[in-house]
Amino acid sequence: MLQDKDRIFTNIYGFGDAGLAGARARGDWSGTREILAKGRAEIVEVMKKSGLRGRGGAGFSTGMKWSFMPKEIGARPHFLVINADEGEPGTCKDREILRHDPHKLIEGALIASFAMGAHVCYCYVRGEFLREAEALQRATDEARAAGLIGPNACGSGWDFEFHVHLGAGAYICGEETALIESLEGKKGQPRLKPPFPANVGLYGCPTTVNNVESIAVAPAILRRGPEWFAALGRPNNVGTKLFNISGHVNNPCTVEEEMGITLKDLIETHAGGVRGGWDNLLAVIPGGASVPLIPKSICDTVRMDFDSLREVKSGLGTAAVMVMDKSTDVIRAISRLSRFYKHESCGQCTPCREGTGWLSRMMERMARGDAAPDEINVLEQVTRQVEGTTICALADAAAWPVQGLLRHFRPELERRIAEARARKSGRAA
Amino acid sequence: MSAPPFVLSPENVARAEAIVAKYPDGRQASAVMPLLDIAQRQGGGWLTQAAMDYVADYLKMPPIRVYEVASFYTMFNLKPVGRHHVQVCTNLPCWLRGSDVVAETCRRALGIGFGETTDDGQFTLSEVECLGACVNAPMIQIGDDYYEDLDSVTTRAVLSVLKQGGKPKVGSQMGRRSCEPKGGLTSLRETAPMAGKK
Repeated sequence: MLQDKDRIFTNIYGFGDAGLAGARARGDWSGTREILAKGRAEIVEVMKKSGLRGRGGAGFSTGMKWSFMPKEIGARPHFLVINADEGEPGTCKDREILRHDPHKLIEGALIASFAMGAHVCYCYVRGEFLREAEALQRATDEARAAGLIGPNACGSGWDFEFHVHLGAGAYICGEETALIESLEGKKGQPRLKPPFPANVGLYGCPTTVNNVESIAVAPAILRRGPEWFAALGRPNNVGTKLFNISGHVNNPCTVEEEMGITLKDLIETHAGGVRGGWDNLLAVIPGGASVPLIPKSICDTVRMDFDSLREVKSGLGTAAVMVMDKSTDVIRAISRLSRFYKHESCGQCTPCREGTGWLSRMMERMARGDAAPDEINVLEQVTRQVEGTTICALADAAAWPVQGLLRHFRPELERRIAEARARKSGRAA
Repeated sequence: MSAPPFVLSPENVARAEAIVAKYPDGRQASAVMPLLDIAQRQGGGWLTQAAMDYVADYLKMPPIRVYEVASFYTMFNLKPVGRHHVQVCTNLPCWLRGSDVVAETCRRALGIGFGETTDDGQFTLSEVECLGACVNAPMIQIGDDYYEDLDSVTTRAVLSVLKQGGKPKVGSQMGRRSCEPKGGLTSLRETAPMAGKK
């Protein structure tokens, strides 16, 4: 269990002042110039050593990602882009950073930008988060007025501008190259990689795209040392993490916990337990809509980290935990997610554009039981044909929840079909 | 039928200039979404072709590029919407906590279905995908604000305040500050200075 002294987001619920004075009282912006004085290479080294894995879902080493940027600044300027296009169903952690702890993000943006040779950072906030973007803008204006950002930021000699950019409603823009396209003023359709953004990103320039939480924890890591961060959690899965616990729990909430906490402890300690008690649990989607669900038997013991959840064929994703108790129609639940992916497919790649529609229509029928038993195999096949055949991972994300359902709840689909057929023949008789 | 002409108001031109200045020279197309948003607000919540053409001209973009953007992103309305745009999230976390009831309550209170606008032009009702407030589910967005932790009673109450021309309290409708667990903090009891004091 994480202790308060190791918590980074000490104003996550917004009980304190989100402004500069409050942020300073919580330790933000203290010794920022000394951190920058370590130099680019040293900052990147500390981030690597801390073991921080990206908090946007993929879990790639943040320090490593920073190190991919060119060491010398050439003719093309470098950019940091922060992904605040939070839209993965179940996920609402970055929202709380934006509105309650925005200075952590801006300070992190300065440090990260400096470490990657960027003088400009754009923070792409989903359009619906207008109030959150306003809070971030207020913090930006305060930081600029105080000389923390702007020319000679924090007296470091480094010029740094931080801009808030609002999206306009498109889940796909959470994919980093779609986000870059969108930021350039286009439809958010992912780019083929390579080239990777570190070489050819925003405006054709070297760019790194990081999640809000990854950037916002960087100052704490650099102040308290990589050893402190790396000592929390479990090997290769270190540090603290914001968890969102939604669905059928007594007290849905967001909480910062240690990586590797058991799912059961997380739910029982912070969310007041599963509605009706632990034995009333049916299944959990542990990392946002894109990861496969896990049934209660796995939930009983599984730990909440990248590797533990991967071992059980699911994933930590964004650490958005959606809890379903035994009253849940699990087929309808997954069918709702299939409808989401159909709505959000950008239409660029045929297997996704067509496949998400297929999946959604088939899942809709499965939820009604209006299918032939062998269509369950067809459904499985469609998920395999969609997976891995497209430019970005949206098609995979559409396929995996259905695969998880078939892996753990196939008898439920068979029963639904049998019942529907029995009703039909009963009516016919 | 010829579209009415569109020009940004002087205050909005000043806003547009400040936005364009955020981006490098020659990259003014980056401002297309914020400018469409400004134009949409000025135009009463939706974009006419004249408004899109104005933005295209302002940013020196081919109009088709602006139409593409306006039709790609869900927040741009290409048809008129009511004064209050009620957007009900029905994605999984909201659905698990009763978005069906919230949606039905909205339909009854407003007398319209998803995608429809009341005859007096006051309300448009839409179904939307995840709005990112999942631990405060079920929730709806009306205009720029979120109304969270809803049930049928509080949903009706919010809509009734709006109908009477009032401004409902935004955020949690069951008295939470934000995303903390109801009934007492499980972390940050010491370090959150104001915690528990209101």
